[in-house]
Amino acid sequence: MNEQALTQAVKNPGRSLWSDARRRLLTNRAAVGAGIVLIVLTLLAIVGPWLSPYSYDQTDWAMISIPPDLASGHVFGTDSLGRDLFVRTLEGGRISLLVGVVATLVSLFIGVIWGATAGYFGGRVDHMMMRIVDILYAMPFMFFVILLMVMFGRNILLIFVAIGAINWLDMARIVRGQTLSLKEKEFVEAAEAMGVGGVDIIRRHIVPNLLGVVVVYVTLTIPQVILVESFLSFLGLGVQEPMTSWGALVNEGAQEMESSPWMLVIPAVFLATTLFCFNFIGDGLRDALDPKDR
Amino acid sequence: MLLYALKRFIGAWPTLLILIAIAFFMIRAAPGGPFDSERNLNPEIEANLRAAYHLDEPLIAQFGRYLSNLARGDFGPSFQYKNYTVTELIAAGFPVSLKLGGLAMVLALVLGVAIGTLAALRHNRPADRISMAVAMTGISIPNFVMAPLLVLVFAIYLGWLPAGGLGDGSLSHLVLPVISLALPQVAYISRLTRGSMIEVLNSPFIRTARAKGLPERKVVLGHALKPALLPVVSYLGPATASIITGSVVIEQIFGVPGLGRFFVQGALNRDYTLVMGVVVFYGVLIIAFNFLVDIIYARLDPRVSYR
Repeated sequence: MNEQALTQAVKNPGRSLWSDARRRLLTNRAAVGAGIVLIVLTLLAIVGPWLSPYSYDQTDWAMISIPPDLASGHVFGTDSLGRDLFVRTLEGGRISLLVGVVATLVSLFIGVIWGATAGYFGGRVDHMMMRIVDILYAMPFMFFVILLMVMFGRNILLIFVAIGAINWLDMARIVRGQTLSLKEKEFVEAAEAMGVGGVDIIRRHIVPNLLGVVVVYVTLTIPQVILVESFLSFLGLGVQEPMTSWGALVNEGAQEMESSPWMLVIPAVFLATTLFCFNFIGDGLRDALDPKDR
Repeated sequence: MLLYALKRFIGAWPTLLILIAIAFFMIRAAPGGPFDSERNLNPEIEANLRAAYHLDEPLIAQFGRYLSNLARGDFGPSFQYKNYTVTELIAAGFPVSLKLGGLAMVLALVLGVAIGTLAALRHNRPADRISMAVAMTGISIPNFVMAPLLVLVFAIYLGWLPAGGLGDGSLSHLVLPVISLALPQVAYISRLTRGSMIEVLNSPFIRTARAKGLPERKVVLGHALKPALLPVVSYLGPATASIITGSVVIEQIFGVPGLGRFFVQGALNRDYTLVMGVVVFYGVLIIAFNFLVDIIYARLDPRVSYR
């Protein structure tokens, strides 16, 4: 966009897809509420551990498995090693949210490039690439991830990449479908007529126009990824002690639930709330960006 | 139709081969070997052991051997359970898992379709809103969170149901595992059914059915249900996969001696052949099931062309 067009656009605020979508999203009370809860949770996870006088790996043998109690300063109680659960829950939240975002970015990166390339070039390239996606789709990936974790040890970087690498298939399919219809549009034809190369068309014209679908799908991928990570951690294959994540905390809590139910309930509530909020925002965004469903 | 089935059948084989290859070479790429735990092994004995297990051959030859053994149903010996072959372990664990997973699947289908259909019939009314909010909750609470919470409430506080194990194999031991395994699927299937049912109920042939004075019950069950179930049928493949994955944790939580529990124990104890055997076994199962679902779908949906 050159400068003149830019000032024109600023002076004349039409109703773009995005302003329409924002308006629809803001009238969706469930999505807005979920968004606010999620922001609060994220801020709490980032700031919380600094505010607490305890650290996530500090054991206190005088304070083992005490229930939530304001007087002692352990608002969420302590675990069976006397570690403060408030800090551990928030620390676990940091890991879970971080895995969610990073692994989703990995899957986003692979999925968009794969899908856009297959869709734009079409023909034999498309056929080959989508056949690979079909084959991978039939694989029991969860088992492969577990296999990976067992063999190469519990490495947080590996968790990111492994989870991201199994989640790009849906993204690739959706992006390909969109690209197939986008490449018939006039602006792509115009770019082709001006001699722009295939890679540049994908980068400059196809990918930016995929944004709507991709945004919806990203918000729906994040909870899936968080789920996979907690699943691994629950089995004792995810993050390593004394580091923790919500899945690992739920696992510890499940083992102690008869004597100290708060150890199970608190991280479970945090995990479920987060997944709930992401799903609600994803649904809200889909309704907002794709109004034909209403 | 037969040609289509044959084509899909042939198409499933490369997938299968790739699955086995990935699992096989991934295991072999792992640092360490199966005999690392045997302390102070005499090099000569180790060489003999390696020869006995054909570990001294080139990797490709080993892969060929594994494949041909696999074709005869032989998954090799387990490293952890010294006197058992992986085949025997799978034969012992799978029936239990099948019972658990099968019941969960049936429950998920029946409940999910019923709830979804009812919600669609009450589109945008309170019953619809409430059931979809509940479904969203069901999707958002992972089964490994739901399971301990259910145990806490129904086994520990209320004492209605046993907390784990199979006991004498009575139904009461299966209630909690089956419910926690099925709930996320119930939620997902009901959302799926609701969406497609709403679409179908708005289509012209339903208007025709109503116009000729059919009772609503007949319109829904006789005309709308079949096309509305198509997305559910195509979800059966992924549903099976996620029930199988779910059973891994559920069996662990409830101490059910199924295949999933073997898998986790094997993974934690680095019993590579057992882990690999379970992956391949379940992989084959999922691929076979997807093939079946494709065929069923093609039979149900006249729009699918048998290319």
